[in-house]
Amino acid sequence: MTLAERIIAAHSGQSEVYPGQFVYADVDFCLGNDITAPIAIKEFEEAGLEKVFDRNRIALVPDHFTPSKDIASAQQVKTLRDFARRHQLEYFFEIGSMGVEHALLPELGLVLPGDLVIGADSHTCTYGALGAFAVGVGSTDLAACFATGKVWLKVPETIKFLFNGRLPKWSSGKDLILFVIGDIGVDGALYKVMEFTGPAISALPIDDRFAICNMAVEAGAKAGIIPPDKIAEKYVKGRAKRGYVMYSSNGAASYCQTKEYDASKITPQVALPNLPSNVQPVEALARIDIDQVVIGSCTNGRITDLRVAAGILKGKKVHPYVRLIVIPATQAIYLEALKEGLIETFLKAGASVSTPTCGPCLGGHMGILAEGERCLATTNRNFPGRMGHPKSEVYLSSPAVAAASAVTGKITHPAEAI
Amino acid sequence: MGRCWKFGNNISTDHIIAGKYLVTSDPKTLAIHCLEDTRPEFPKKVKAGDLVVAGENFGCGSSREHAPIALKGCGIKGIIASSFARIFFRNAINIGLPIFESREAARDIQEGDEVEIDMGASKIVNRTRGKNYGFEPFPKEILEIIEAGGLMQFVKKRMGKQK
Ligand code: SF4
Repeated sequence: MTLAERIIAAHSGQSEVYPGQFVYADVDFCLGNDITAPIAIKEFEEAGLEKVFDRNRIALVPDHFTPSKDIASAQQVKTLRDFARRHQLEYFFEIGSMGVEHALLPELGLVLPGDLVIGADSHTCTYGALGAFAVGVGSTDLAACFATGKVWLKVPETIKFLFNGRLPKWSSGKDLILFVIGDIGVDGALYKVMEFTGPAISALPIDDRFAICNMAVEAGAKAGIIPPDKIAEKYVKGRAKRGYVMYSSNGAASYCQTKEYDASKITPQVALPNLPSNVQPVEALARIDIDQVVIGSCTNGRITDLRVAAGILKGKKVHPYVRLIVIPATQAIYLEALKEGLIETFLKAGASVSTPTCGPCLGGHMGILAEGERCLATTNRNFPGRMGHPKSEVYLSSPAVAAASAVTGKITHPAEAI
Repeated sequence: MGRCWKFGNNISTDHIIAGKYLVTSDPKTLAIHCLEDTRPEFPKKVKAGDLVVAGENFGCGSSREHAPIALKGCGIKGIIASSFARIFFRNAINIGLPIFESREAARDIQEGDEVEIDMGASKIVNRTRGKNYGFEPFPKEILEIIEAGGLMQFVKKRMGKQK
């Protein structure tokens, strides 16, 4: 069985599962946010359900419109807070401890290798970087899980993505995943699992792996997953709040497809509006002027990302026509960046640094675009109007390209800004 | 019978209901803004019983259940598409919004066609063009959820049985 199949089998009391099979699987951990959980809570309560399956296995993370941007969003957070208190949930995060959910839960050791995780948020697939089978679901699935601790799943097929070689100097996990989405399209892995392996993946730090699995959903995938290794184990050691199992695909694993890439050919990539698959290498682009740069989100708001960005911005100034917004994804990342002097670098360069939030990523607050404006963001989606006015544009890139472009005012290869 | 609204490929949940409106989950409020930037006349002119017809990967993007809720709030009776993004697929099933996968129907049906769904025969009937199309039948596990009226009803039933 493949890695994903082994995890699903272990969570559904089966010795073996096969693609297409329906299972009701046990969930190790589930989560919702200030947008999706209010609906789940409403459904849970309207169904007359009174008890949650396990108060230690549910996280409610108000990260999207927080610190609450208006009365309506404050009401939504209050719904989460009240529910968390009523059911004595261990993991409800007020601002001050809150972070962007898919950075926060791994950081706290709440999602672990071998876990089966569901989240009422499409980027739940991020945790595949640790060797978990983690899938995004909707609010009603979450409500059902609150009560039963289970989820219905159709066992997906797995596509293997094998990366030989090594990524070049200015390329990161983000460039790798943008390249793949550009290659297979936004439905190239629809309903399937994307398993990322090979020497280029093994050489990547955990933060790059999070970025890769994060965007599996942008290719339509049910989950992204990386076989857990020493790097994954090093990350979870000392954080893990429960025991964990490091599964790997076994000998008889059958993949519906295998795709091979030479990672050394993957140069910095940019997704142009209005699809994450509309990908071009930076060097192939004509001059594209930008109005705003956002460095943050569940894709690229981690410490490695901030280090790379600060490395480029050090001693430089943000272009006078550009607004640079930096959003460390969690409080711990913020603090670490502060200690390392990265925040000072950002401020001296003329960036605005924000408390952790999803904010502009979904066009929520903290950097909304006006008509005709163009933003280069380290986020994961660039559908029309994603960050503001329906006639604004979002381009997606790595933190290195984002930082370089903030300096020059146009989309720029990092080597040119150094 | 319902009138069809036709859309292209990769209609995302951002198209269906933009992020800025996610401060409520009220179906009627969401319905006012449903697909407004893609087709400004849609939320104004859509009628109860209408159908949405689209190409590949309908409902891609975020997990927001607000998207199927908004469409349901508009009175949309069903969605026919070449393919659905997987979370949208789950959400629609879970909230009892019927969805049908048929490449042929998605290609052939035109804006304004009058279309009927024959669940028993797994058939989409195009009255305007006098044509029928088959659709991918639901596996029995999904039919059970649909027949219960959605996932929560299904869970309630199951939990009741376990007691
Ligand atoms: S950072 Fe963006 S993509 Fe990630 S959870 Fe928040 S809104 Fe979603």
